[in-house]
Amino acid sequence: MQALHFLQALARIARAAPKPAHSARTRQIRHAAYASMAHSSRSSRRTWSRALLHRLRQRQQQRPGRLLTVRRRVRIVTPITSRPEEPARAETLRQLVPGGRGMEYCNLLEETADYVQCLRAQVQLMQTLLDAFSS
Amino acid sequence: MSSRRGRITDEEMNELISKLQLLLPESRRRNVGRASAGKLLKETCSYIKSLHREVDDLSDRLSQLMATMDDNSPQADIIRSLLRS
Repeated sequence: MQALHFLQALARIARAAPKPAHSARTRQIRHAAYASMAHSSRSSRRTWSRALLHRLRQRQQQRPGRLLTVRRRVRIVTPITSRPEEPARAETLRQLVPGGRGMEYCNLLEETADYVQCLRAQVQLMQTLLDAFSS
Repeated sequence: MSSRRGRITDEEMNELISKLQLLLPESRRRNVGRASAGKLLKETCSYIKSLHREVDDLSDRLSQLMATMDDNSPQADIIRSLLRS
């Protein structure tokens, strides 16, 4: 389902008229990649996929024509310093996995495993498409 | 590495750790020692970052591929007909 969603999104991007600039099209494809990951049936129940979809929608709602979409929102979550039993590296992981900041440590590990599987599948899909259509 | 008592058993935690380790590619798995949560998390973070970079790179290359569809080559026709839904 992840693959189908991505292919449909690619088809929409390909049909767009007028043809977008390369950088804009790259952004659209990247957006479609992450959206497909979040929409795959296995992951739609996951915290990371909801957080990712939320982030993607926020980016889409920004004023068009903005080249830099870096905008950090400070969210109130459980302070990280109150988790002394975690390995130090867990903080970096929390920043990498969408929605990771608010998760319990054991949930974080589960969500990470699921997120990595979806990421891998997406990368393999995109590579396969490139190989298939490149001469 | 301690676990939250009563919330998840050490055995369940170890299973999660093993699962994460299995998701790493072979080359990265070798960097992680046995039952070393710290190294595993470090390697997993590094792996996720590299996957993000790959998505960026592949998006760029797919975009270039689509650019070739702007002309009237036979290849472009085939790609267009395959993606038409």
